[in-house]
Amino acid sequence: MGSTVETSELRHIIEVQKLKEKIRSIRRLVLETAHNENAHLGSSLSCLEIIATLYFLKMRHTPYEPLWKDRDRFVLSKGHAALALYAVLAEMGYIQREELRTFKKLGSRLQGHPDLRVPGVEAPSGSLGQGLSIGVGMALGIRMNGSRSRVYVLMGDGECDEGQVWEAMMTAAHLKLSNLVLIIDRNGWQLDGRTEEVKKKVPLKAKIESFGWEVYTVNGHDVQKIVEVLDYAEHSEGPVAIIAYTKKGHGVPFIEDTNGGHKIRLNDEQYLAALKELEAYGGGL
Amino acid sequence: MRRAFGESLVRLGELYEELIVLTGDVGNPTYVYKFKDRYPNRLFNLGISEQDIVGVAAGLALTGRVPLVTLFSSFLMRAWEQIRNTISRANLNVKLVGTHAGLTAADDGASHQALEDLALMRVLPNMTVVAPGDPQEVKEAVEAIIEMKGPVYLRIGRDEDVRIFDRDGVFRIGKATTLMDGSDVALFSTGSITAEALEAARCTDTSVRVVHVSTIKPLDKEAVISAAKSCGAVVCVEEHSVIGGLGSAVAELLSLEYPVPVARIGIGDTFGESGTHRELLEKFGLTAEKIRSVIKGVIRRRR
Repeated sequence: MGSTVETSELRHIIEVQKLKEKIRSIRRLVLETAHNENAHLGSSLSCLEIIATLYFLKMRHTPYEPLWKDRDRFVLSKGHAALALYAVLAEMGYIQREELRTFKKLGSRLQGHPDLRVPGVEAPSGSLGQGLSIGVGMALGIRMNGSRSRVYVLMGDGECDEGQVWEAMMTAAHLKLSNLVLIIDRNGWQLDGRTEEVKKKVPLKAKIESFGWEVYTVNGHDVQKIVEVLDYAEHSEGPVAIIAYTKKGHGVPFIEDTNGGHKIRLNDEQYLAALKELEAYGGGL
Repeated sequence: MRRAFGESLVRLGELYEELIVLTGDVGNPTYVYKFKDRYPNRLFNLGISEQDIVGVAAGLALTGRVPLVTLFSSFLMRAWEQIRNTISRANLNVKLVGTHAGLTAADDGASHQALEDLALMRVLPNMTVVAPGDPQEVKEAVEAIIEMKGPVYLRIGRDEDVRIFDRDGVFRIGKATTLMDGSDVALFSTGSITAEALEAARCTDTSVRVVHVSTIKPLDKEAVISAAKSCGAVVCVEEHSVIGGLGSAVAELLSLEYPVPVARIGIGDTFGESGTHRELLEKFGLTAEKIRSVIKGVIRRRR
């Protein structure tokens, strides 16, 4: 028995190591694209590890059959981080890496905010506060279909200002949707400034718990820890929320934990500096 | 009308297993509770949260279900932006049913009277907009919208006691119905107010062609243009704001294809108020008598 556990742990360590390498190339794709076109770089970098971990280590899905009926589903409620999702989908094989060059260009499938035209995109988003409701509907539909699929919704912390989020929280708890996981990218920033200055969110964990959810916190850049908490969430009897503490602009020192990279097109100098950081330190890994 | 709607849903639940009904604490007044009695696991009352309900419907549609959302029309419009950004933009197969539309919420006053819903839904790409006229048409329209793929807004009132059709096979999406032939004025009408339009046309010496337009979008262009051509003048009637509804749709089309004088009858640029439904129709000029006087006026404008 002991050796089995060790083998599985070893496999886990190898997988996490491989994922870190993947994240390095996803990060490179994100930076390249943000050099080519204006992007919400800061919030794409704060949730990159979360999305990559879901797609590479957690969710059951296949780029060869994007609409496979028993797939797990991912909803990017914070649609402005579209670039992070597109880069993961490209690394995964849902779209060609080269297509990222068309990001936001006229006629491209890769719209500024996610659109169902892109294989692997499960829900339209862009208007904040709506992804959790969509995820609730999906989780309910999946449960009625008798499928074991799970639904993961990624929301921003600024998004918690929206009243619809809390309507959806009540609905999910009321329906006891144990196949639904909400991850909040808690980077502490929203468009106009610090989240707590624009509109106070704390105590966020207690608020969500009081709505009848199980709530966990995690370092949103630590792949190992993200996997662990996602595994743990599978044993819940109701909806689970994970507050992932992150840094906006993670891995790019001149925008890290600032709003400077909220929407930015990297100039040559910035691009090279960001790449250098990626080469030297793995971009914050 | 709402009773006919609730009863048809029960019947259709049998035929369409994917049909799921969502409502928000208005299951009783919209008569969808009959559906729950029959299919307890296929109706979800999600409480007073219109925006969430529309989002949940989107999610259900994305898993292959056919969600039908039933709310009071004026409060369904609260979720307009959710309808725009998920259902309309992604062309999702969600059916939206707004009840208590027009002035039918009567005594409840302006807050509950939906006078803008046709305009708000008509402007959305991919959206089909339907306003049946009587219980028979409601029955057929509900089935037709469930059968078609794509987002639909269906508008019904509360307790309108009207009968326009005495046969079945009356409703087809995108098709207007000529109820009375005539050659002096084309009278277009939508929803249950068509009963009043018919009454106006019956008791006048003018030859009026009455065309019931139960699909406002896509508009039956052929029917509208051909009626305008043979009559040379047009009157539009709707229990809705004069801005953005049927009258606007007809005027937009004719200004381009066949300009003739158009008179629009509806609620002016204002809100309703409490009163009986009949009193409100009278106050806002939505009666046979008023329609007749507008018909006379538009004939004088004919070249």
